[in-house]
Amino acid sequence: MNSSDPFELQKREYKKMVQQVKPKPTVIKNGIMAFLVGGTICAAGQLLMNFFKARELGTQDAGLATAAVLVFLAAFLTGLGIYDEIAKYAGAGTIVPITGFANSMVAPAMEFRSEGMVFGVGARLFTIAGPVLVFGIVTAWLAGLITLVLSL
Amino acid sequence: MYYGEKTWEKAEQRIFQETMELALHKANLKTGDIDFMLAGDLTNQIIAANFTARGLAIPFIGLYGACSTMYEGLALGSMLIDGGFARYVLVGASSHYATAERQFRFPTEQGVQRAMSAQWTVTGAGAIVLGSQGQGPRITHATVGKVTDFGEMDASDMGAAMAPAAADTLLQHLKDTGRSPGDYDLIATGDLGKYGRQLVVKLAEQNAVALSDSYTDCGTLIFDESQDTHAGGSGCACSAVVTCGHILDQMKQGRIKRFLGIGTGALLSPCSCQQGESIPGIGHAVVIDAG
Repeated sequence: MNSSDPFELQKREYKKMVQQVKPKPTVIKNGIMAFLVGGTICAAGQLLMNFFKARELGTQDAGLATAAVLVFLAAFLTGLGIYDEIAKYAGAGTIVPITGFANSMVAPAMEFRSEGMVFGVGARLFTIAGPVLVFGIVTAWLAGLITLVLSL
Repeated sequence: MYYGEKTWEKAEQRIFQETMELALHKANLKTGDIDFMLAGDLTNQIIAANFTARGLAIPFIGLYGACSTMYEGLALGSMLIDGGFARYVLVGASSHYATAERQFRFPTEQGVQRAMSAQWTVTGAGAIVLGSQGQGPRITHATVGKVTDFGEMDASDMGAAMAPAAADTLLQHLKDTGRSPGDYDLIATGDLGKYGRQLVVKLAEQNAVALSDSYTDCGTLIFDESQDTHAGGSGCACSAVVTCGHILDQMKQGRIKRFLGIGTGALLSPCSCQQGESIPGIGHAVVIDAG
């Protein structure tokens, strides 16, 4: 898009027109829903954690068991076609917790089953979760490096 | 969604083939009577159309005009007949929510929140048999659109990306024919949705053309508010199903005498979006007269 574009003025005017017409995202409603649903998931996680701790699992093991239960539930609900219905209203509330991660792995697995186990499920399993893992691990690595340098 | 098949792609193809066969049956014709089949859809390499053509064994010209494919086919088919190259042409287009969704966006079970301007791909297919003679309805004019791009980048607001193309074709058509919107009982764009429709009205207004209530959009007609599709329907089947079903029906009942349809398409791919390209649109106009 260079400055000699004959449609530049038209494009700029059109952009304004689109901004007038385009519906505003319902930020406040989305925020409240995300808080409620996300909070509920986290509270459920805490209850599970307490439950496992009361059964004399150590803090770390109780955390792992909690994560396993949440991941299982999210995967199960995705399989039943319910998770995306909740997410429609909950938005970030269902994406951010560990359940969102489970959903983002099971959804492509179901979707690409039709292309076979290797090139379908295998190759596409991480299409959405992949970037999260890559940048998550890179960030963790950088954080580790910084800690190491500071501790010298 | 599966329509008794193993995959969504197979389901779309079966819907497409059954629609084409139904059109032939209604026209009382056999596949051997048809000189050309013009068809397309949204899947990569238009497999739904290709595999339907495999089943029908009619000389086949595959089309891709994104969601404008039905109207692209109607314009080309009428030209083939008008030029004396064919007696009968079978035109069709299909789309499927799940095949489109997984190609252009996310897996269907992925928990995402769709934008309010987003549209819902229609699952279905439409087919029309064009003939060199008969009682009508009749295609009288066709205006092939120019690819128009006003720099819209938002893939969840296709209506805004396609509206300039639709408006451009509409204005060009009125200029070419010397007609005004009042000459038509109904003007319909393909799949601009609620907000895209408003943009066309505004763009026409800027060019001193007033569009009244006789202007609608197939994307706003196909779904009910209760279906919560946000801005309305989209996909090849959106304009195809509404035109071949609802509008031609209205014409049969004598409620519409002269109809101007503008099939609209967003000519993007996931690759072009990810590489930061804007979304070009196209609109093809066809006039159908009842008599």
